[in-house]
Amino acid sequence: MCGIVGLFLKDQSLEPKLGEMLADMLITMTDRGPDSAGIAIYTAHSAGKAKLTVQADDAIASFEKLDDALCKALRGSVSMSVKDSHAVLEIQAEQMDEARAYLTANHPNVRIMSRGENLEIYKEVGLPKDVAKRFDIRKMSGSHGIGHTRMATESAVTTLGAHPFNTGIDQCLVHNGSLSNHNSLRRKLRRAGVHIETENDSEVGAAYLTWKMQNGATLGEALESSLTDLDGFFTFVVGTKDGFGVVRDPIACKPAVMAETDQYVAFGSEYRALVNLPGIETARIWEPEPATVYFWSHNTASTDHEEAA
Amino acid sequence: MQTFDLEAEGLRALNSALHAQASTTNQTVWEILNPKGSHAIAVGLDAPIEVTIKGSTGYYCAGMNKQATVHVHGSTGPGTAENMMSGTVIVEGDASQYAGATGNGGTLIIKGNASSRCGISMKGIDIIVHGSIGHMSAFMAQSGNLVVCGDAGEALGDSLYEARLFVRGSVKSLGADCIEKEMRAEHLAILEDLLERGGCDAKASEFKRYGSARKLYNFNIDNAY
Repeated sequence: MCGIVGLFLKDQSLEPKLGEMLADMLITMTDRGPDSAGIAIYTAHSAGKAKLTVQADDAIASFEKLDDALCKALRGSVSMSVKDSHAVLEIQAEQMDEARAYLTANHPNVRIMSRGENLEIYKEVGLPKDVAKRFDIRKMSGSHGIGHTRMATESAVTTLGAHPFNTGIDQCLVHNGSLSNHNSLRRKLRRAGVHIETENDSEVGAAYLTWKMQNGATLGEALESSLTDLDGFFTFVVGTKDGFGVVRDPIACKPAVMAETDQYVAFGSEYRALVNLPGIETARIWEPEPATVYFWSHNTASTDHEEAA
Repeated sequence: MQTFDLEAEGLRALNSALHAQASTTNQTVWEILNPKGSHAIAVGLDAPIEVTIKGSTGYYCAGMNKQATVHVHGSTGPGTAENMMSGTVIVEGDASQYAGATGNGGTLIIKGNASSRCGISMKGIDIIVHGSIGHMSAFMAQSGNLVVCGDAGEALGDSLYEARLFVRGSVKSLGADCIEKEMRAEHLAILEDLLERGGCDAKASEFKRYGSARKLYNFNIDNAY
């Protein structure tokens, strides 16, 4: 099954409540998948800075003086805020690649969950309520976010198998469904030089979109082409720096409900996830069409039908 | 009238109370408040009672219904009135995928749109949709009637047996072995009755009829890949 949610705010006055609303939506979806849970939130960003969200199973030891070590290696300013098994490293934006290379080479226990100017991803094995509590998600503010609670089918229940997946700078994806051609596609993408960490099918979906966009596709075009290149069942919700998108496979057996008001656009695997949002009684509520890309953005024109973003 | 706050009292208490009603009950009218998208509301009823749900529901609302009338003042999740045997289910809003699936009897009226797989494997139910329906509707439908006042999605009536499909608007594509058929006087009479029962503001003469070409009934080597 799996449960997925997404919330894109149009009304800035709701931003301080984004974490609380998104956590509640995800907790309502708990019985669609108890294995692992995760949330991606687009938070405020300081000019010239970027964020790496990292995770370590032995967080206390691994994060000890990690900021100092990174600061020394980069010869730039680094600040770290630790939340349970995750830490957000704020670095100078132009040092992102250098920082990643340094961490990969020198701190093998520290795993990169996300990178971007605004994006932070928190995910762990366990129930949504526990994940929300461990990372204090309710206190987080932001402009938009997506979440996932997993019922594992295709691969192991691990932190790295949890969603959302970071698909590029400030980009992430959650998936409900199962891809049946993920092994052949993983081989193809690895030959093309794409780094894929796990045997998880959804990570291949995320890597596929990243690869498409690295080769010049817009997010909308990448989602369009996923409809022909991915075999299996999927409802994807994707987050970008300034927006979020939804696409369902042509069979569309994985459920999806959307709601839109003047204040927000919301996505839920089920209507239950949306029932406590403000003004839901009068919201426009609909089921996204199969094989159709939907996209909302704070900056560019949004589509609520076939035009790609 | 019995009023039941689902949020306060819980699903099990609701369905137990509804299941306890026999054909001789005096508690014939029920109103359910705060459904909030919950699953399996008013499933397995078997008494001539009227149940009104004030809001939208989740999966399997009014599944396996016998005798009862269930009226949803909102939209419904997947599997609405699945395997209904008799009675009536009315949805004021939209219904998600596989509404009326495998229904043996009774009437399902959807005043908004129905999603994909509406009436899949229907076995005698009458389904009347005021709006449009999604893809793969009436797949392997065996008997009963599906009336659509709007449009039908891809692969309507794929591999169907003897169900009658009436569509007023466009059909995106017909499934394997589904063809348009002549609308004769007896079909117009059936459709007029269905439109009246469904409270539809439409004329029978505006509809086209689709049904089985009966080419898949027996194994035919030419159909093999």
